[in-house]
Amino acid sequence: MGAAFATFCIWILMTVFWALIGVAVPLIIPEKIENRRLIQTMLLLTSVSCYTFWLCIFLMQLNPLIGPELEIRTAQAIVEEWQS
Amino acid sequence: MALFRCEEMALYQLFLQSEAAYNCVGEMGEIGLVQFRDMNPDVNAFQRKFVNEVRRCEEMERKLRFIEKEVKKEAHINIPNNVPDLKQVPAAREMNELDNQLEKLENELRELLSNQEQLQKNFLELTELKQVLLRTSIFFQEGGGHFGAPGGTDPEYQIAPSEDPGASKLGVVAGVIKRELLGAFERVLWRVCRGNVFLKHADIEEPLTDPTTGDSLLKCVFIVFFQGEQLGNRVKKICEGFRATLYPCPEQTAERREMLKGVEARIADLQVVLDQTLSHRTRVLESAAANLPLWFVKVRKIKSIYHTLNLFQVSQKYLQVQCWIPITDIPKIQAALDKGTSDAGSSVPSVLSQVPTKEQPPTFNRTNKFTEGFQTIIDAYGVSSYREMNPMPFTVITFPFLFAVMFGDCGHGLIMALFAGLLIWKEKDIIAAKSKNEIFMMFFGGRYLIFLMGVFSIYTGILYNDLFSKSMNIFGSQWAIPQDVAKTLAGYSDNTDTVELDPKDSFKDKAPYPFGLDPIWQVADNKLDFLNSFKMKLSVILGVMHMLFGVVLSLLNHTYFRKPLNVIAEFIPQVLFLGGLFGYLVFMIIYKWFAFDYTNSASAPQLLITFTDMFMLSAPDDELYSGQYTVQVIILLVGVACVPWMLFVKPTVLYMRHRNPAAVKGQRSNLPHQCLAVEMGQLMDNSLPLLTLAVFLKLRNNRVNRFCCFTAIRPAGG
Repeated sequence: MGAAFATFCIWILMTVFWALIGVAVPLIIPEKIENRRLIQTMLLLTSVSCYTFWLCIFLMQLNPLIGPELEIRTAQAIVEEWQS
Repeated sequence: MALFRCEEMALYQLFLQSEAAYNCVGEMGEIGLVQFRDMNPDVNAFQRKFVNEVRRCEEMERKLRFIEKEVKKEAHINIPNNVPDLKQVPAAREMNELDNQLEKLENELRELLSNQEQLQKNFLELTELKQVLLRTSIFFQEGGGHFGAPGGTDPEYQIAPSEDPGASKLGVVAGVIKRELLGAFERVLWRVCRGNVFLKHADIEEPLTDPTTGDSLLKCVFIVFFQGEQLGNRVKKICEGFRATLYPCPEQTAERREMLKGVEARIADLQVVLDQTLSHRTRVLESAAANLPLWFVKVRKIKSIYHTLNLFQVSQKYLQVQCWIPITDIPKIQAALDKGTSDAGSSVPSVLSQVPTKEQPPTFNRTNKFTEGFQTIIDAYGVSSYREMNPMPFTVITFPFLFAVMFGDCGHGLIMALFAGLLIWKEKDIIAAKSKNEIFMMFFGGRYLIFLMGVFSIYTGILYNDLFSKSMNIFGSQWAIPQDVAKTLAGYSDNTDTVELDPKDSFKDKAPYPFGLDPIWQVADNKLDFLNSFKMKLSVILGVMHMLFGVVLSLLNHTYFRKPLNVIAEFIPQVLFLGGLFGYLVFMIIYKWFAFDYTNSASAPQLLITFTDMFMLSAPDDELYSGQYTVQVIILLVGVACVPWMLFVKPTVLYMRHRNPAAVKGQRSNLPHQCLAVEMGQLMDNSLPLLTLAVFLKLRNNRVNRFCCFTAIRPAGG
């Protein structure tokens, strides 16, 4: 189904991106850089926290249980602007 | 690895030859890697060996401050601000040279100051005299008709020879008084002399400068005519009381003119001398101002070297001290000692030898300009013990990230990042400017922190879809208004009603908004319903992750210090409790996101209710998954069992260990306060183990060794 495939694509894209930043880049930092350990820690922590944050927002919107309540005027505007 | 734990330190003993001591301590001060211990703790500060040198340095500082004050009085002289630190130890003989130089400078300035004051006083007197001479001529002329020779319209005043030999001559007193005192002066004169004196006054237009204070004063000239000697004395006393300066004023016009000419000539001369004195003073101050920062630094260095030397144990040929040194820096320190010894021209090398000790070394975290800000924040919560895990490398990211989760606006985040970026870009200039503004320096010290907070805020702001409180629609909203609803919408003209989109119709077969919050929520009335639930869940997830991370760090501490008891008695129950209860909550959150959608939303349980029901052991109305009740009961029981496990296992084991020290094999009891428990156990009734252990636990957490305080309380029986 189109939606499931799109969802999966988006998810794999983001996961690979943050995995690169968090795992791949720290491994290729040359040995002789002075604060190597610190930079590795920073990259790993950044990628973990940013990925978690994105994932939570993504998963929450996966299967919404309630929908937005729009004012009539706003709904009319949406139909005009976003859907034609 | 000195990033995650503090540096390894060792206690060293340093023997310095007396001649080389000054230079060696100076070199070690320049590299700043040694912590000296006070070898004479009970010696009074005034009985130490180098107290005279410290006193001399303080005298020099006082002189420098005096010179600085004089320089600052002349506003146009600039004290150079950014003097680069040459990292050179000032030679010992420089102290004498500098002392003499400063003394000469100070004396010269004081002399100049007093001369200048004297000259200005003379100048003031002469100016006032000139004014008196100028104005009083008017008075005498006005009164000329009264006192002139009978029958003559002689404009020149002459004291008429008295026709009545009994009448006394008219006396004159002329002087200068402050304008504000004039009214009172007049009244007092009138009252005291019963109206028998005649006062005339005239203002001096230009303000005069007071020589001592430098204020400008408005004064006026007055002249008092009186008859009789007694009255004259009274008038003079009153003038004294009002601090009016009296000047001899000749009555003859010709005399006055002569005097005026003389006074004017003297004023001109005095002005020249005054100008030359001022320019000489300015030259002296200018030459001093150029060297002032350098002198301050030198005197400071010399004073701190002697202050450090006071910590040493002094004997005839050498000085000795104990110091804490990071092990990796020993070559550097040895090199500094060698340099110091050779600079002093001494042939005997200084000796650095390790002292084996069981004391806990001080915690030294090496920082650079980036990590310094974060380490300061961590130290504010409490300095870590020696070789404990240092939270700083993790705080570099988690602190700004958690701030950004709370802040979450990419527009304001951008502004924050730009502001901090500016501070970082200009950091060299700002450091050199040495601003004293505390609040600005606080922001400047945290510039890297603020920069990271801003950058993360941009990221979380984009995810929250919040740009200055407005949302962006980049990928197109995934919520669509279905056709039939749209048709009915056209008929409405009343725009206060709302239409609620059902995910069944509006979100069917859609992927979620790829990056962040869907923009439709910005314009929805029930935005907060959706957002609040999400933010609470996000907080729980991030919080539990963070706490779990902390507990894992404690595991690293336990394995490093080789304490399996801590792993079994502390780490495992903590993980079971945290993971079991709150980890289960996180699991439920994520499970609910996957398992429920619009098809079964009616039966979706509220997690808050579910969680509280779990503690109350009541069966859930709607189940998340089958078998939920059983699982929850098991988890709750495990969690409750962990509480006594965490609190009582470790103290009991330690207590039993110290009751039978012979039975303990291969235990590292290198902490003196473990012996304390034995002492306490002997002191107290054995039926109070818990109290003992509570005290024991509290003292274990202290970093100060309290052993010495308690040995004195041995019971008499032993």
